[in-house]
Amino acid sequence: MPSVTPGGAAPAREFSTIGRRMRKVDGLAKATGRARYTDDIQLPGMLHGKILRSPHPHARIKSIDASAAERLKGVHAVTTGRDMPVPYGIIPWTPDEHPLCLDRVRYVGDGVAAVAAVDEETANEALGLVEVVYEELPAYFSPHEAIAAESGPFIHEPRRPGRNGNVTKVVRLEFGDVEAGLAESAVVVEGDYFFEGTTHTPIEPHCAIGMAERGGRLTVWSATQVPHYLHRELARVLDLDPALVRVVQPPVGGAFGGKSEPFDLEFCVATLAMKTGRPVKILYTREEVFYAHRGRHPFHMRYRTGADENGMLAAVDAEIVLDGGAYASFGLVTTYYSGQLLTAPYQMPAYRFHSTRAYTNKPACGPKRGHGSVQPRFAFEVQLDRIAERLAIDPIELRRRNFIGADTRTVNDLRITSNGFLECLDAVEAASGWRRKFRKLPFGRGVGVAGSTYISGTNYPVYPNDMPQSGVQLQVDRSGRVSVFSGASEIGQGADSMVAYVVAEELGVPLEHIRVLAGDTDFTPVDLGAYSSRVTFMLGNACIDAARRLKQQVQEAVAEAWDAKPGEVLLAGGLAMRKGDTGVSMSVRDAFNLAEAKFGTLGATGSYDTPKDVHGSYRGATIGASPAYSFSAHVAEVRVDPETGFVDVEKIWIAHDCGRALNPVLVEGQMEGSAYMGFAEAVMEEHVFKTAEQGRAGLHNAPSLLDYRIPTSLDTPALESLVIESVDPEGPYGAKEAGEGPLHPSIPAIANAIHDAVGVRMNSLPFSPPRVWAALQNRTAAGAEGAGDGVAKAGRREREGGSGGVAKAVTP
Amino acid sequence: MEVVRLTVNGDERVCGVPAHYTLLETLRYGLGLTGSKQGCDKGDCGACTVVLDGKAVLSCLTPILEAEGRHVRTVEGLASGVEPHPLQDEFDLHGAAQCGFCTPGILCSAAALLDREPSPSREDIREALAGNLCRCTGYEKIYDAVEGAAARCRA
Ligand code: FES
Ligand code: FES
Repeated sequence: MPSVTPGGAAPAREFSTIGRRMRKVDGLAKATGRARYTDDIQLPGMLHGKILRSPHPHARIKSIDASAAERLKGVHAVTTGRDMPVPYGIIPWTPDEHPLCLDRVRYVGDGVAAVAAVDEETANEALGLVEVVYEELPAYFSPHEAIAAESGPFIHEPRRPGRNGNVTKVVRLEFGDVEAGLAESAVVVEGDYFFEGTTHTPIEPHCAIGMAERGGRLTVWSATQVPHYLHRELARVLDLDPALVRVVQPPVGGAFGGKSEPFDLEFCVATLAMKTGRPVKILYTREEVFYAHRGRHPFHMRYRTGADENGMLAAVDAEIVLDGGAYASFGLVTTYYSGQLLTAPYQMPAYRFHSTRAYTNKPACGPKRGHGSVQPRFAFEVQLDRIAERLAIDPIELRRRNFIGADTRTVNDLRITSNGFLECLDAVEAASGWRRKFRKLPFGRGVGVAGSTYISGTNYPVYPNDMPQSGVQLQVDRSGRVSVFSGASEIGQGADSMVAYVVAEELGVPLEHIRVLAGDTDFTPVDLGAYSSRVTFMLGNACIDAARRLKQQVQEAVAEAWDAKPGEVLLAGGLAMRKGDTGVSMSVRDAFNLAEAKFGTLGATGSYDTPKDVHGSYRGATIGASPAYSFSAHVAEVRVDPETGFVDVEKIWIAHDCGRALNPVLVEGQMEGSAYMGFAEAVMEEHVFKTAEQGRAGLHNAPSLLDYRIPTSLDTPALESLVIESVDPEGPYGAKEAGEGPLHPSIPAIANAIHDAVGVRMNSLPFSPPRVWAALQNRTAAGAEGAGDGVAKAGRREREGGSGGVAKAVTP
Repeated sequence: MEVVRLTVNGDERVCGVPAHYTLLETLRYGLGLTGSKQGCDKGDCGACTVVLDGKAVLSCLTPILEAEGRHVRTVEGLASGVEPHPLQDEFDLHGAAQCGFCTPGILCSAAALLDREPSPSREDIREALAGNLCRCTGYEKIYDAVEGAAARCRA
């Protein structure tokens, strides 16, 4: 059985490698054009595949006639859903999709047939020759309408008769007595919030290549962030022996959660390759990437938050409707995360959430950076700001008072270990000049603060099993070169570099003598994938485990030569040295050779599995459980133009407790990239669909990088990273995640800064000029105490009247 | 099919490609230079940026016949021998390439900038890169890298 590796235990010693500002193992390959991404691979005889997609948001497929396409010169094969009838879904309990639709399409863009041809032009032409007869069905675009249609028509057949087939998941959990807590509160604020959907838009479109060989062998190259899950699903859905299926993950050009489950193109290239005996590549167009989606769910949220006169939280009540799109995807988890991840970094004596995820006839939503918890965090941190305002407490001070602490349990029984949230607050308060600015800047300018927490990996894999979550294998050459076989997925976050740093630290090998081979299911141990911010924590610990096993052998062999104890042999800087007498030394290479002579060929495996005592025992308690939690606090400074409603975010100060920064360069990069992405959602991005009145219902409103506006260099605010290290007791050298947590506070910090600047509460995303302008008009119309909701129709006044006014005199 | 002649990273190349090919398609599929990336194929992302006669251009919007007889520099042509261009080295040093998919295009935009403006301000850099979307970095590390490279090129 793999053991839980005691990761850091914060040894009181200087590290030789860990913590230094280092290059990545693949940085130059990427900067010179040498790195080969999936679409850069050209195989001899390769065909090009294309997928025919539904023009209807909801329709029955009455017939498909592909004979004309098959006859077209240059077409080698056509496949439809009938060739791949086994349903799948990333969550094994909700398998509700097929590689290509069997008898029903559920969103504009759902795949119905795929072709392989000599080139892209011929493949496109062939798509036009596939005749599909549809019978249109009523479609739902609002989750509320889908839920209200209790007797159908349904987007999916109910799993049990009598159920509402438009509801994919309902979670209702209560901890403590919420009603009593609210009743006793000195102040209760209520609010309705809307978080618009957004999508990942990695710059690399999805791409996959399939290659089949005699005897049932299949290789699929794919820009995926979950090669192991893809491996399993390819074998299961296509009924192949998994030992004959190989998934190779080349460098991935960005993912952010958008490549974390199997997609139609991977099954299609496999099937088309098996049909033709030729390699087949499918590269999504940018438009297809928008329709593939699996991005941020639109959330309709209603919060009631109660606190005593000192601002101490008493009770929190949340009612959430998730707009899931056409398929389940990770939705079961999203629905839990919508509530489970809100219970830190603040103490919360009573908490209740009731979340309902509905199907709608739009591309399926799934996990995007900060899966399921970015939306409630936005609403909740705005609620906190309103409480602070009502009680005339500084918002940073309010957050400090409610700090949950380290080594504790949350109200929903999640185990918290290290917690550097207070240091995060201190850091952004000082760096931003908060005390000089808050409520003191002139009208139109303001600052806002927000905090958050996030998981460092989920405690359980998506399919139940008792095997480790992450594995690493090391192999040593007589030259002193060490190879790392890592199952993890390098998606730009630095997974491959991280294992090299660990090996360098443990074995004293210079970084340039370490090679990393990753993401190839034929050659690397299983790691579950790059999702849920699990890689550094889990793979890092697995790598420490492997390296320490190897180190033990080396120390024993060298100790024998020196007539010393193994513990007296230190490995660092390319040398084996004797503790206390560093004049006695030999090269690491010689040390490895001694060990090989003594033990035989050198190698080691290491693994990591999560501790199982970190959550409660109620149903759903495991979802949201993590071996460690990261913490963040941001301050945003904005300038709002009252004439146009334009919000110029000038700067975001980002403080993040990552446990320990194994390489601060990469940690800062994750923090800045996260804050950027949050900023983008706050003021620019909207993944929305046309209505019937706008032309064709269900059509993506802006499926291009020009129209779906992602921030350019000119839009993006200045970003300043403040790394906080709380040194986690179980993280590798104390490390926790940094890739997702620091997205969360950007959005509420900007919302709160807008309020400081112009006195309006923005409760609907994005804070685009028309919305902000409308809110300003409403506020002016309603006098200085207008609730200032961004969307008038969704607006609700606070229970106790007004928004608590505007703290500074304003003259718009 | 068209036979086109152009100079790519100093080499004179002759290549037969369909007349509708863009410069990007010619580089990637005709000449096997896959360093230049395709992020959108419609002029929105900048991943395909190359330097054409000294100017940064979107190769996905450049019909191949427009490149006939001209000088193209791609990410593969920035280094001198095994020594990376200072821009490439600084990108590596600052962690400015995360997933790296925007990187070849950004390097080409930055190389064109440094050719015309050896001492760019941070604002100049922001402006020169406004046509290159990066989804990973938040741009800060990219600015640091370009500034570092500019200083080294001047030295
Ligand atoms: S591929 Fe040329 S701009 Fe996107
Ligand atoms: S590094 Fe990934 S898009 Fe720029």
